[in-house]
Amino acid sequence: MAGETEPTTAGNSAPPAPEMTRRDAMLQLLRLGGVAAGAAGIGVWLSEHSFRPVPAKAEQARRDHRTAANSLFPHMSVVQGGEPRALVQRALEDLGGIRRFVGRQDVVVLKPNIAWDRTPEQAANTNPEVVAEVVRQCWQAGAKRVIVTDVSCNEPRRCFQRSGIQAAARAEGAEVILPNPDLFREVDMGGVVLKTWPVFTPFLEADKIFNLPIAKHHGLVGVTLGMKNWYGILGGERNRLHQEIHQSLVDLANFMLPTVTLLDCYRVLLRNGPTGGNLEDVAVKKTMVAGIDPVAIDAYVAKAYWDLDPAHLPYLQMAAARGLGTVDFASLAVKTSLLG
Amino acid sequence: MARSKLPVLRRISQIFFLILFLALLVFTSLRPTPGGTSDIHLRAPVRLFFEWDPLIAVTNAIASHALYRGLLWSLIILLPTLFLGRFFCGWICPMGTLQHFVGDMPSEAKRGKQRIEANRYKRWQTVKYVVLIAGLVAAAFGSMAIGWLDPFSLLVRSIGLAILPAFNFAVRAVLAPMEHSHIAVIKATGGVIHAVLQAVVLDFRETHFAQGLFLGILFVVILAASLRVTRLWCRSICPLGALLGAVSRWSVLGLHKDADSCNKCNKCLMHCQGGDDPIGGVPWRKSECLMCMNCVGSCPHSSLEFRFFRNEKEVASPDLGRRRTLTGIAAGAVAVPLMRANTGMGKSRHELLLRPPGALDEPDFLSRCIRCGECMKVCPNNSLHPTLDQAGLEGLWTPTLVPRIGYCEPSCVLCSEVCPTGAIWQITPKEKGWVAGSAQSLPVRLGTAFYDRGRCLPWAMATECIVCEEWCPVSPKAIYIQEAQVIDSAGNTRTLKQPRVDPSRCVGCGACEYACPLQEHPAVYVTSIGESRSPSSQILLNRK
Repeated sequence: MAGETEPTTAGNSAPPAPEMTRRDAMLQLLRLGGVAAGAAGIGVWLSEHSFRPVPAKAEQARRDHRTAANSLFPHMSVVQGGEPRALVQRALEDLGGIRRFVGRQDVVVLKPNIAWDRTPEQAANTNPEVVAEVVRQCWQAGAKRVIVTDVSCNEPRRCFQRSGIQAAARAEGAEVILPNPDLFREVDMGGVVLKTWPVFTPFLEADKIFNLPIAKHHGLVGVTLGMKNWYGILGGERNRLHQEIHQSLVDLANFMLPTVTLLDCYRVLLRNGPTGGNLEDVAVKKTMVAGIDPVAIDAYVAKAYWDLDPAHLPYLQMAAARGLGTVDFASLAVKTSLLG
Repeated sequence: MARSKLPVLRRISQIFFLILFLALLVFTSLRPTPGGTSDIHLRAPVRLFFEWDPLIAVTNAIASHALYRGLLWSLIILLPTLFLGRFFCGWICPMGTLQHFVGDMPSEAKRGKQRIEANRYKRWQTVKYVVLIAGLVAAAFGSMAIGWLDPFSLLVRSIGLAILPAFNFAVRAVLAPMEHSHIAVIKATGGVIHAVLQAVVLDFRETHFAQGLFLGILFVVILAASLRVTRLWCRSICPLGALLGAVSRWSVLGLHKDADSCNKCNKCLMHCQGGDDPIGGVPWRKSECLMCMNCVGSCPHSSLEFRFFRNEKEVASPDLGRRRTLTGIAAGAVAVPLMRANTGMGKSRHELLLRPPGALDEPDFLSRCIRCGECMKVCPNNSLHPTLDQAGLEGLWTPTLVPRIGYCEPSCVLCSEVCPTGAIWQITPKEKGWVAGSAQSLPVRLGTAFYDRGRCLPWAMATECIVCEEWCPVSPKAIYIQEAQVIDSAGNTRTLKQPRVDPSRCVGCGACEYACPLQEHPAVYVTSIGESRSPSSQILLNRK
């Protein structure tokens, strides 16, 4: 107790401190006043900024990269009987050549299916040679950047390597971007069921988007073709999409309208999709179906390999009603080529 | 006379091995490798260090009556120790180096006289020999519980499961606002730093581990103890140090003390690491000395020198005594049978104890697993976590698969490649057998999936789903679907696809559980019944 009431005795032995001048006292008061005023100012400013947190308004950004129809070229090209690279070459040639789709200095993003930890023979991911050939042609057309990316289901590092797409695309000089969890942006997709979702940034910053899906069986829908490939632009809890799968597919297709679609049917996974794994479920069809009408391409392939009419695939009819294309592929200009 | 250069050489060696260890640990992860569609392997996992660990080799040999792949390499540490003493502790061991570093920091508790007193030999330094003896006896009873205290095991577990994940979080927490900045320069800088760190130390994505916080705190406390008593852990607990100390009794290299020039100034004690009495007038304690050579460097009279074949009075063996030896034997002999008297291993195994693919049956597993956490560190899906009670107290910190955090990737066998002791026996993707068409033999199974029809959307809530079926990696799929008419809340009849499990095909990978939208309590979940490693834990009479 004594220590509290009595001033410290330590100063007794020390030399007496010099008297404080008026000037020093004023300066000390000014400093204190400044700190006090600053603290009060920051406090008031912060308290005025206390709002209940609301999610930042997501950007509204429908991505319409569609190529205008041209009477000189067919809407759709079906090429059969060749190796993957030859199929791509002929399909693009039939559709008017790569320069119809890619201009000089374009940032081109290619979206193959790299969803599963599977090898090319198992036909769960897009054929790596198809991707490589498109990369090569994009460079020829004078693209500034050619990016290959996907948001995988299985572990991405494994999917990108074991699909062979990473190696094949890099060999042609493409940038291969793995789905870095830090690079997603909340986007208002403006769909009927898909509102705000995280979208992988490279897909939002592209000038041109190529959809490079592979044709596979799917337990819930029946088939997974071109439009379902857009699942792979999303992050977040996309396992909820199955609950309204047809509406989700249409919402996605209405959000992301590709420059062109090349649907890889070199190997087709007829059963046990979309993961497959068993080579007995894979049929080698050596076919490429490409074009600018995403609905017609899906309708054509569903009919060709699974004998599914649009009546069995509600998403196709819904997409057509939304103005995204036509299910009646027979009414379109389709060019069929047979190689070799 | 010039001061000895040996402490400098020692420091270079310590830094080299610490960096090597950390580099190996960081690279014990799936990293993009160039090249085609080949299987993915790890070239330099941190298990290399365990292969230099004679304690693991000796206990592995006692518990499993064999030496697992690579453990013979530990002779390159054990044999030189016979001749040179505990050079490993002072020159190589990264756990020792970290404590050495912390012990050299300025500390209120270690100044002048206190420091000298703290570095005198203490009787409690013999505790480590008791730990060692208990560990060896436990190994004879078939338990590798020594892994809780093995220095490499401790390091890999603490740094791999706590420090590195914390570091990953911290770096991302700083970089994320930069990368999302509206100012182009800041955004670009953040991107470049991220790319560089990503290539060197950062994981592809953040990982989180059960008990990570606890393991991290334990590690920091162990290191911080060195602020009070230099290398407290090395001196008093480390069973590897004890083993090397016991072996070094025959070593031919020793400390020569020149009694004539020594004036007992005690300066040699200032930086002594082992607490082995380098001062004049008392015998040097060989089994405690870490060969750090600091005493040689700090003696102002050059009275100390390490010499071969000297003939001087010394305490060569651990100062253990019969009573402490018996204590160690009794501790090991009582602990394991007591732990096995509990439920957990023989009876009523935990339903959620899912061991990694390739894991041996539980008794063999526990006689090998050193709880180092390397399998957890390397798992690309962050699926493996240290157990708390799922494997009983004896199995504390052994690995278990937690599918709702991460499932087992069908063609991945990295955990079996890095396991240093064969608790997870090395298998190939083919032997794992989840890649269809490759299974000549039966696939490895971790357990079996079950549906909770009260939570499953198509079963309970008239809602379409079957994401589980989409993800099921085996072919034909172990989840099959049946169409059913259900009535929704508005009274409408809907046709839905309802999932079911075929237990003869399910491998227990947990992909269904991971993909289920009901994340916090999935409507499909894997339990350990049907795991192929256990002949008794089976459902079906004849599982193909």
